Amino acid sequence: MPNLLVAEKITKSFGGFKALNDVSISIPEGSVFGLLGPNGAGKTTLIRIINQIAFPDHGKIFLDDEPLQQKHIKQIGYLPEERGLYKNMKVGEQVLYLAQLKGLSKEEAKERIKYWFDRLEIASWYDKKIAELSKGMAQKVQFVVTVLHKPKLLIFDEPFSGFDPVNAEIIKDEILQLKKDGATILFSTHRMESVEELCDYMALIHKSNKLLDGKVSEIKRAYKSNTYEVGLETTDSKALKLTLQQKFNVRETNFNSINKDLKLRIQIDPDGSPNDLLQFLLGHAQVNHFVEVIPSVNDIFIQTVKANA
Amino acid sequence: MHNLKLIIKREYLARVRNKTFVVMTFLSPLILVGMIMLITYLTTLNNSGEKTVGIYDESGIFATSFKNTEEINYTDLSALPFEIAQEKAQKENFYGLLYVPKDVVTSMDAGEIKFFSKETPGFTFLENIERKISEKLTNIKLANSGVDLNQLESAETNVNLDLQNYSGVHTSRISSYVKMFFGGAAGYLLMMFIIIYGNMVMRSVIEEKTNRIVEIIISSVKPIHLMWGKILGTSFAGITQFIIWLILGGVLLLVVSSVVGIDVSAMETPQKQAMEQMSQNEMQQLIFDIASLPILKLILFFLIYFIGGYFLYSAIYAAIGAAVDNETDTQQFMLPIILPLMLGIYVGFFSVIENPHGSISTIFSMIPLTSPIVMLMRIPFGVPWWELLISVIILVTTIWGVAWIASKIYRIGILMYGKKPSYKELYKWLKY
Repeated sequence: MPNLLVAEKITKSFGGFKALNDVSISIPEGSVFGLLGPNGAGKTTLIRIINQIAFPDHGKIFLDDEPLQQKHIKQIGYLPEERGLYKNMKVGEQVLYLAQLKGLSKEEAKERIKYWFDRLEIASWYDKKIAELSKGMAQKVQFVVTVLHKPKLLIFDEPFSGFDPVNAEIIKDEILQLKKDGATILFSTHRMESVEELCDYMALIHKSNKLLDGKVSEIKRAYKSNTYEVGLETTDSKALKLTLQQKFNVRETNFNSINKDLKLRIQIDPDGSPNDLLQFLLGHAQVNHFVEVIPSVNDIFIQTVKANA
Repeated sequence: MHNLKLIIKREYLARVRNKTFVVMTFLSPLILVGMIMLITYLTTLNNSGEKTVGIYDESGIFATSFKNTEEINYTDLSALPFEIAQEKAQKENFYGLLYVPKDVVTSMDAGEIKFFSKETPGFTFLENIERKISEKLTNIKLANSGVDLNQLESAETNVNLDLQNYSGVHTSRISSYVKMFFGGAAGYLLMMFIIIYGNMVMRSVIEEKTNRIVEIIISSVKPIHLMWGKILGTSFAGITQFIIWLILGGVLLLVVSSVVGIDVSAMETPQKQAMEQMSQNEMQQLIFDIASLPILKLILFFLIYFIGGYFLYSAIYAAIGAAVDNETDTQQFMLPIILPLMLGIYVGFFSVIENPHGSISTIFSMIPLTSPIVMLMRIPFGVPWWELLISVIILVTTIWGVAWIASKIYRIGILMYGKKPSYKELYKWLKY
């Protein structure tokens, strides 16, 4: 799939502080791309550069193979981490104004506002002032502002912070629907678990440097350690553990189970097969639990950061 | 351009719909008219008390000097013994008692003349009495030394220089006052406009920052468009307010004065007196002077300097708003705005009026931060075209430069939260 957005060797300093150092990412069209990193890693700076709010010291950005320019802002929808709206303006007027700034005509904008307000069940807020809405309600309005002009590229900076679980779920579903409709989505977060559910691709930024990027499934495959979590029921756990330790790399572990199992993590050789392990285990005990340990993004993140420290 | 229009419209509506703005627009003329009424009322109240002043004249020469007026009633107590006269004055609550000794002419010592009163008498009142006494004594002494007073009077010559410029056009003192008035009013108006509406621009920038909406807007429009949109939108709102003030103030003043029955023209008594004293000739000269002011040039340059000066300061205000987080942090940056404005007004009122084409006036009418005010005050006195041209070019260039710097600060400052910037830091931002 062709790349919608390519950032090439972006470097940005603020005075003496380097916010981004030679960071490159490519976002394939129609994908959900997760930009990961702890707070202060440089995610927001990169996003602001893509939005042409800030400009890189070095490096280039291409949207649809064209160097990024002013006209492209109409193709980008941006939900910043620091969210806000005019407190004393009516919800409807405000969304209309922001949509017109993105180049929509008044009539078109009104039509789409109606569609989205109905869809998110917020039509009754049209004439309310933002000051009268709760924080969560205001965020729904901001979400509408972000998607109203049907941008090709949607950028969400920490989209779920501040949403209650119900609304977070609604927004998540909307994001997935937008993806289905063909939008490309870049979203930045320090909450690793949200990446697992949503992202096809990811990049890891730590202390201004990109440490890792690629397809989420491939990264996980690369980071897996051929480890299996097993629950074994036997009369003599100690003897079984000793037997296993002679053959494999074995560690005790813990997980929820209704049985009085011997709970272990067993690592096999990279060229070994899980079937062989299972067969071996079947000969010694009743296998109640057998799961491959897939590294979580969080594990990968911690592992990578440690390796680069 | 499309976006700029949208921003101007939003800013205008946001200002105009603001409750404080609406309240101030309609309340200010009321307050102003109310205050004028109050002052008028208080003045009449103050004057209405008729004062009685006792005269105890042993010499008898001032018998005809003190004539009763509307405000002061003179009572001759010379017939009574002095102690009783004094007691009477005190008991009957006289404003004061004037005592003139018998030998006032021969002793030559005016210090012997005394004035007794409960409280220290007013300045004008004293001056009035002193002038009367001094006049009378001088005349008596002149007559005593053989000078014919009628002769003296007829010898007095009134000199009134006929002022002309080298090309033979008559000018006059009055025309200087007229010019001063027009220049001063223009300069003052500009300063007020800058302070009121520049502040509004600044607050609107800060509001966007504290609302955190600015990032969304900046991802849609260029900061410089946002800045100019704010400045223009706010100035349109300002012009609207000014016009409403003018109309409302005028109407109110008319209505109130006719209803309450206070003669508005009576309030400006000193000016009125001056007008009455003016001869027919001078009146004509005044009208001629106003008519002969370079009206077209005046209007043209008033517009140029008014708009230029307002834009320049508004851009600075916007930059300050972008640099800080909340209004309390703006204090440290206010000095560079208030100082040149004050300087402009002071140079205008002291230097330009004294010497409209002196080097100080000329220099300050070139420096862009003071030129709008100082030049506006100089123009009625006639400024050569080339000077105007240089001054305008400097002003426009500076506006352009300041707008560039301001939008730079804007771009960075609006995204900086929680930090109180110093001048040093602002300088660093320019290099980002």
